[in-house]
Amino acid sequence: MKLDINKKLDIREVMKDIEHYVPKRRGWTWRKHEPHLKMDGYEYLEASTPLKQSVGLPSSKYFNNIDPQPLPVITTEIASGRFEDDIRRMRMAAVHGADHIMVIRTAGQSHFDGLIEGTPQGVGGVPITRKQVRIQRKALDLIEEEVGRPINYHSYVSGVAGPEIAVMFAEEGVNGAHQDPQYNVLYRNINMVRSFVDAAESKKIMAYANMLQIDGAHNANATAKVAWKVMPELLVQHAINCMYSLKAGMKKELIALSTVPPIAPPAPDLRINLPYAVALRELFKGFRIRAQMNTKYMESSTREATVTHVLNLLISKLTSCDIQSTITPDEGRNVPWHMYNVEAIDTAKQVLIGLDGLMEMVELKQTGYLREKVRELKERAVLFLEEILAVGGYFKAVSLGFFIDSGFYPERNGDGIARKIDGGIAANTVYKRDDDYMAPVTAHFGYNNISQYDPSLVDNPSALIDGCTFEKREKIIFIDELDENDNVYNRLDETEKYRSTSLLKPEVEWLGDGTVMVDLVLPTDARTAEYAAIEIGKKMNLEDVEVIHREVLHPAEGTRIQFKGKVTFDIDINDLIIPEPPFELSDTEITEFVKKHGFKVVAATIGEDEHSVGLREIIDIKHGGIEKYGIECVYLGTSVPVEKLVDAAIEINADAILASTIISHDDIHYKNMKKLHEVAVEKGIRDKVIIVCGGTQVTPDLAKEQGVDAGFGRGTKGSHVASFLVKRKKELLNEN
Amino acid sequence: MDKIKNERLDDFEERRKHLKDLTDEELHERFWQLAEQVVSPLIELAYTHTSPSIERSVLLRMGFSSIEAKTLVDKVIDHHLIGKGAGHVVYKLAKLKGMSIREAGLALIEDKYWDEVLEAFGVVKK
Repeated sequence: MKLDINKKLDIREVMKDIEHYVPKRRGWTWRKHEPHLKMDGYEYLEASTPLKQSVGLPSSKYFNNIDPQPLPVITTEIASGRFEDDIRRMRMAAVHGADHIMVIRTAGQSHFDGLIEGTPQGVGGVPITRKQVRIQRKALDLIEEEVGRPINYHSYVSGVAGPEIAVMFAEEGVNGAHQDPQYNVLYRNINMVRSFVDAAESKKIMAYANMLQIDGAHNANATAKVAWKVMPELLVQHAINCMYSLKAGMKKELIALSTVPPIAPPAPDLRINLPYAVALRELFKGFRIRAQMNTKYMESSTREATVTHVLNLLISKLTSCDIQSTITPDEGRNVPWHMYNVEAIDTAKQVLIGLDGLMEMVELKQTGYLREKVRELKERAVLFLEEILAVGGYFKAVSLGFFIDSGFYPERNGDGIARKIDGGIAANTVYKRDDDYMAPVTAHFGYNNISQYDPSLVDNPSALIDGCTFEKREKIIFIDELDENDNVYNRLDETEKYRSTSLLKPEVEWLGDGTVMVDLVLPTDARTAEYAAIEIGKKMNLEDVEVIHREVLHPAEGTRIQFKGKVTFDIDINDLIIPEPPFELSDTEITEFVKKHGFKVVAATIGEDEHSVGLREIIDIKHGGIEKYGIECVYLGTSVPVEKLVDAAIEINADAILASTIISHDDIHYKNMKKLHEVAVEKGIRDKVIIVCGGTQVTPDLAKEQGVDAGFGRGTKGSHVASFLVKRKKELLNEN
Repeated sequence: MDKIKNERLDDFEERRKHLKDLTDEELHERFWQLAEQVVSPLIELAYTHTSPSIERSVLLRMGFSSIEAKTLVDKVIDHHLIGKGAGHVVYKLAKLKGMSIREAGLALIEDKYWDEVLEAFGVVKK
């Protein structure tokens, strides 16, 4: 199976024969640095190998469509609850430059005592099962070939079934996972003894499969009452998980710290976040940095979130990062939508490439405020560790509420999360291994008395059973579906018409969900606006109307509202009348015609319009305008009266008039086009001169209705206009 | 825990006295030594203990499904054999009876041969 970038992925085809699918590889993959990469004449110092096929930033069209890829792996989190729809979003993400796809688990999975099987629907995430993982890994194996770069697939090894999930991930080619027993203890209230005992096994398995580990410390930032005050504790949490991982057999270069700049504007962002970022990277030299974006201070404004995230990216660039995670700018208001995953990836790509080579030009000061703060944070962290030991160790410290206290350590506010050593989920489920304890498998942590059976197999326990699933994949038992109602086949059947017929419906997360967003301003206060907006949505025949964002423009004068709702109709694409794409001749054809017949145009912006940039782009040779074909252009300037433009055309005997008009207030642009046509008729040249009008608000068909020969809207290039002029001139020559 | 005792003003300047003259390198070294001291008893605990999830993960690797592994581990715990390792229990029976690993595990799920397994481990039936 191979993907065609112009064709939709066939999910049923991907699922076919899934019980026999073997993932392409195990282990994590980094991007490859291409020092001094040159693209479109620009040199990049910190770029990685470009993709085979990709979608660049919107402005890339001005740069020969280049799409330079930054050095860090870029992460996006995709988990809408329906893994089959998520696959399409993964494909969108990959083509924009994500190579680390993280799947959030469904609510409650961490308390599920064992593996979930089949393909049930999730809430706020996806139930992680062998079948779901295998299908998504297979899809990503195809998608990575489409874009030409390995994609790392990632989920969570936590909860009360960590070791089992780790085994399944190793078998199914999952490349990275969150693993941090502290996360279980502090946020999931899973017993601390059980969590640490399980974690060692999980880590050993992950190490065997060369999976990258991400820790869970960033959650302290999101949970704490005042995010920046937990900075000393964050350093401690990272240290505990890092050291524990090393002792369980992980390699330093596959242990990543999940770190978030804790604060966001209106606080003085960099003055607090930068010293912390520096302290962290100095203390944890040699470990990997997974830079996450701030979620703690996210509201419903996607603009505000994006700016905070750009500041986070600046910190990544001023310090370092191996993996740049992205948070969708809509996470503050709903489960992320397709387009916001893509926006977040593009934000990271845009900023990291925009800041390429920054540290060749600037450096962080080695004296003063920054160094003092860095030192202070490190000392506070050391004091925290000292006190853990002083009270009797980690378990005791947790039971005393040391962690997630809102005080800036050693300050304490007494509001930390305290857990009991014999409390929480799965308490008292840890058993001492007997002297003859034995487990005949690979990547098993801890005491294992193999020599009672064969002293020569101490380093190769699974040889006792002629290899375990890690060596003999055929030993894996694949379970298909356990629930005849809640499974992927039923969900696919429900939406099949949007897959296999010509019907089309808008969507933001699931095929056929019908969701649209309306963005509007109401000239009233916020509360009135919110309720008015809901009525507007209903009158637009939307269902489930819900306001998702409100922003005061002025307490009395106006409120911006964004609301979502569902459309109840489908569009049949067979009923659409889609105009032909812009007509284009080859450069040679145009140049030869102009050489043979000559071609003169007069051009101006008409009416009271000073916007000349678009017209200059169409004309100027340096912007690839029509001059490059030898067309002689007389540019009369801006705000030229229509009569004057026609007179000029008569004077130089122009073949064509080019008029540009941006201002569209009260349809003035169309009124001026009509006038231009009429004046040309009046002065008796209309049958000889071609009239072309352009502007960002121009719809080609509406322009023609005003009597001009052609209208050109947003995105027009000189070649489109030149092609039309030559084509129309040929027609006129034939007519005469 | 006494709530009041757990509240404290920021006495950083007082507490840091023994740290302030350390070089950055010495401070880093201390940080990692302390981290190791915090973690050592935890990793030792993991080395000498096991859990239902660990044992199920062993059985998965031995070629059992998640459902079979769950039932088997529950039965191993019921028979007070988890200290031997669930995989060991299956292995022991397979050796004893000359069965394959899967045959042995499935038999135990069907509640067969437990007495013989207990005896082979030298455990008196409780």
